[in-house]
Amino acid sequence: MFHFSRKQLGIPYVIFLIGFVVLPLLVIFYYAFTNGEGQFTMENFTAFFTGTNTIGTLLYSLLIALTVTAVCLVIAYPIALILARFPLKHRTALLMLFILPMWINFTLRITALKEILTALEGNLAYHPFLNTVIGMTYDFLPFMILPLYNTLEKIDNSLLEAAMDLGAGTVKTFLKVTLPLSVPGILSGVTMVFLPAMTNYVVLDMFYNSTYIMGSLIGSYFSAYDWNNGSMISIVLLLIIFAITIATNQFSEDSETNRGAVL
Amino acid sequence: MMKQKILPVLLLGLGLLFLYLPIGILAVYSFTDSTTIGAIRQFSLSNYNVLFTTEELRNMIGGTLLLAVGSAILATILGTLGAIGAFYSKRLPNMVITTMNEIPVINADVVTGFSLCVLLIIVLGIDKNTFIPLVAGHTVLSAPFVYLSVIPKLKQMDSNYYEAALDLGATAGQALRKVILPHIFPGIFSGFIMAMTLSLDDYFVATYTKPATFDTISTYVVNATKGAQTEIKTALWALSTIIFLIVVVAVCAMNLLEGREQEET
Repeated sequence: MFHFSRKQLGIPYVIFLIGFVVLPLLVIFYYAFTNGEGQFTMENFTAFFTGTNTIGTLLYSLLIALTVTAVCLVIAYPIALILARFPLKHRTALLMLFILPMWINFTLRITALKEILTALEGNLAYHPFLNTVIGMTYDFLPFMILPLYNTLEKIDNSLLEAAMDLGAGTVKTFLKVTLPLSVPGILSGVTMVFLPAMTNYVVLDMFYNSTYIMGSLIGSYFSAYDWNNGSMISIVLLLIIFAITIATNQFSEDSETNRGAVL
Repeated sequence: MMKQKILPVLLLGLGLLFLYLPIGILAVYSFTDSTTIGAIRQFSLSNYNVLFTTEELRNMIGGTLLLAVGSAILATILGTLGAIGAFYSKRLPNMVITTMNEIPVINADVVTGFSLCVLLIIVLGIDKNTFIPLVAGHTVLSAPFVYLSVIPKLKQMDSNYYEAALDLGATAGQALRKVILPHIFPGIFSGFIMAMTLSLDDYFVATYTKPATFDTISTYVVNATKGAQTEIKTALWALSTIIFLIVVVAVCAMNLLEGREQEET
């Protein structure tokens, strides 16, 4: 008879995670610090941090990511707030309307946006920055709305009433009660938008953009079969991701469960 | 009083307009013979005709669906078993598994795809045409989400049920099949759906791991927008419209089902 305990059921998944998640990362570490002949080198590292092209791309991606995140936050916050205070009967249906686009393939949605922008602007190449921000905002907005809604919806109404009773006006109640309590939602929304905005270069590609973000660098090294430099870019991105995760984890524990809940 | 009501509704309306106007306009134009937005010409179903009769397009859609279902099944099995194993393990192994599970969730898809490509195709020399790197890639992308959707269900479950089943003479396998799995099934199911949508929406992992002659909807669309074939381009408008309608119907059906369940309980 074949005996097993419940914890042994996890063994296949552990092997899978080690082989397909941990090992690939170790391999790109190795590639990032070796050259084509497999000898240890810091060349890729120094090439990244001294190249005007690569550093320029890093700064440009940060600028894009900051702008897209800020725009998404400014648009999503009022929407999430209104949704959270909407009469219960229609609330879920309305929320569904706002997150439904997430289930439509993003390349098809970007195609739709591209056709509209082309009709409005003519040549998309004239406004690379503006179009990237519009495209990414269009793509990522639902990912900002949902976590914001989830935290705002949980805020106890009596807290707001108490603030009002104690003489705080609408603005003061918002600044002193609602806004601080929604910080976890803001942070998980920010993490879900900021990182894709640094890496999702398909939006730029589809808009005939000649500007580069960090993801585009990996794409171009991939096309050039340059695994070592591509790995170095991946390592830089991993460091940024690590930093963001550490920074936001101190304030909220549930950013991933949020992303899980939407998809 | 009136003013307070109008502004919020107006804002919501503007938000929805931003999200839906492009897809909506494209849907309207998919029923015409126009090749750009602007000049409405004749009503025509030719885009739908091209979509359903062009073999290249049909293969691409079929392949994407097959990949989504296949990788979602793999991800669901692995993720569910992993969640059960981790949940009943001691603190340390549980933490290690959960941490490893987080990596693909927070990592950028570009990095996930690129690192898998380097390991599987460059280092291990696995042929892209075997589809192994692609299927592995999509499983990596979605299994962690299955894991994350099963764990809460395990937490909700009363652990005495399992012990009771064992005391009453069930083997571990029977107790797993008859007690644990039915309890966590909602989590497994939503994990499976999530895994499918992640695979359908992926572009990056597919680009780095797919065979050169195979395309998913995402990689195909991106290549088509760069190409000059207007017939294919407008046929994709039809595809976009169909997917939009399927999603709307699926979401409505899910909402109705959930509403009914809540009424019953």
